[in-house]
Amino acid sequence: MRTSDIAVSGLRKAFGEKVVLDGISFDVAAGSVFSMLGPNGAGKTTTVNVLTTLLKADAGTVRVAGYDAATATKDVRAAIGVTGQFAAVDELLTGRENLRLMADLKRVRSGDRVVTGLLERFDLAESADKLASTYSGGMRRKLDLAMTLVGSPRVIFLDEPTTGLDPRSRRTMWGIVRELVADGTTIFLTTQYLEEADQLADRIAVLDQGRLIAEGTPEELKRQIPGTHVRLRFAHLGELDAAARLLHGSARDDQELTLRVPSDGDPRSLRALLDLLDEHAIDSREFSVHTPDLDDVFLALTEHATATEIAR
Amino acid sequence: MSTVSMPLADSAIMLRRNLKHTMRNPMVVFNAVLFPIVLMLMFVYVFGGAFNVGEKYVDYATPGLLVTAICYGLGSTAVAVNSDMTKGIINRFKVMDVSRGAVLTGHVIVTTVRGLVAIAAIIGVAFAMGFRSPASALDWLGAIGVIVMLSFAASWLTVALGLAAKTAESAGLATVPLVILPFLSSAFAPADKMAPGVRQFAEYQPFTPVIETLRGLLTGNPPAGHAIAAVAWCAGFALVGYVWAVATFKKRA
Repeated sequence: MRTSDIAVSGLRKAFGEKVVLDGISFDVAAGSVFSMLGPNGAGKTTTVNVLTTLLKADAGTVRVAGYDAATATKDVRAAIGVTGQFAAVDELLTGRENLRLMADLKRVRSGDRVVTGLLERFDLAESADKLASTYSGGMRRKLDLAMTLVGSPRVIFLDEPTTGLDPRSRRTMWGIVRELVADGTTIFLTTQYLEEADQLADRIAVLDQGRLIAEGTPEELKRQIPGTHVRLRFAHLGELDAAARLLHGSARDDQELTLRVPSDGDPRSLRALLDLLDEHAIDSREFSVHTPDLDDVFLALTEHATATEIAR
Repeated sequence: MSTVSMPLADSAIMLRRNLKHTMRNPMVVFNAVLFPIVLMLMFVYVFGGAFNVGEKYVDYATPGLLVTAICYGLGSTAVAVNSDMTKGIINRFKVMDVSRGAVLTGHVIVTTVRGLVAIAAIIGVAFAMGFRSPASALDWLGAIGVIVMLSFAASWLTVALGLAAKTAESAGLATVPLVILPFLSSAFAPADKMAPGVRQFAEYQPFTPVIETLRGLLTGNPPAGHAIAAVAWCAGFALVGYVWAVATFKKRA
């Protein structure tokens, strides 16, 4: 059974004195999107390079598509597709020839059909016979991803695939990623865009200074940091007074007649809160849970890590 | 796919890619094929009359021009190899199950093929300009063998130079000595008429025995000593080029 397509344990990598990856471990379930978030220089690309057999790890084990990335490099390479930060297309070939080159190298049967299909899917059919050097940045990235998909790899690595793309192309890219996952492909995505991770990822890991400082679903991550709160709006000042007396640590806004109550946002504590209000016959007009978005999470997590680093 | 046919098939795919590159880049075709012909016209019609080489100048210069033609095509190979390494496409090949050497052998073969096209053009123009050779079919075969050998050896060395260079510009520059060397040999004028110092250099540098072997074969009397030196130099170039190229490729790729 395919349970996990990427399994990393205790991965360490240093370049000379500089430790880039300081013992990271994670698991990516087959057919899911795993996103690695992190600031520039956190070690994201190094991780991708180790996972895609371009770099040897100093320590730890890495299994991709069931094969050991250090010893079974050929098997790993045959099972993966990689789209890096810079479009890896041959500029002196046309879009069609670039795809054809991939189909030939991967010994894809009925290559012509695959190539035509990909050109259409990526909206490149019109420019298929123009040299890639004449393509716009967005078209190059699309061609690049199309080349990665030739031969339907089981695990796809996308290293900042939408960096430098306009919002429209970015959405097209997201759509393609979703289709791939629907087809059962496993995707490892690195990004600096939190919205992207939020949109696409089943699980997110936050990498900072070579360590995973948080991991979970987007929602879990958002709840992890302080700042999740419940907002109650009341009809009368009297009710606001009563609620504020009852709920310690809450912050009131008399103008808006709202009360901000810190909460971790999980259903049990929400129910407890509502029950408490009910017991005291306090009626709120509006009730909403506010989770910080991933930007808040990211900043809080990486700032925190930087602060502890300095404290040491 | 068997373990032997896989690298071969990969090399053939890469060769097809490099051939397309060559066809699409007029500068490459010009440098490799047309420029040696221009050079030939210049030497034979402009300078040649003033040189006293003891025979018809076109007969004397043709072997040297064949070697020069091969050397002129090298610059673009070094640049192409270097751009392959710097332009990202190599990263794609590296994470694919593609035989490691295929990228390099593709370049070596296309350079050799391009060199042979230039050679055919030079020989054709030479005959049109009055070049005559008493060489037998066997001598011609030998001459072609020497040319292929030199072309193959120089290609590996060029691929290594292209890989070792940091930028495409410096890669092009790195092959300049290979282009200059034939001029400092007996290609266009006999070494014994050169100034002291230059003469010794011309006598002992690698291209002289290659050119003398070619000249001997095309005039119908191959000198054995030169032939052995020519084969030794080419084997040396090929070996150094190959080992250096593969080592650099492993480091960069």
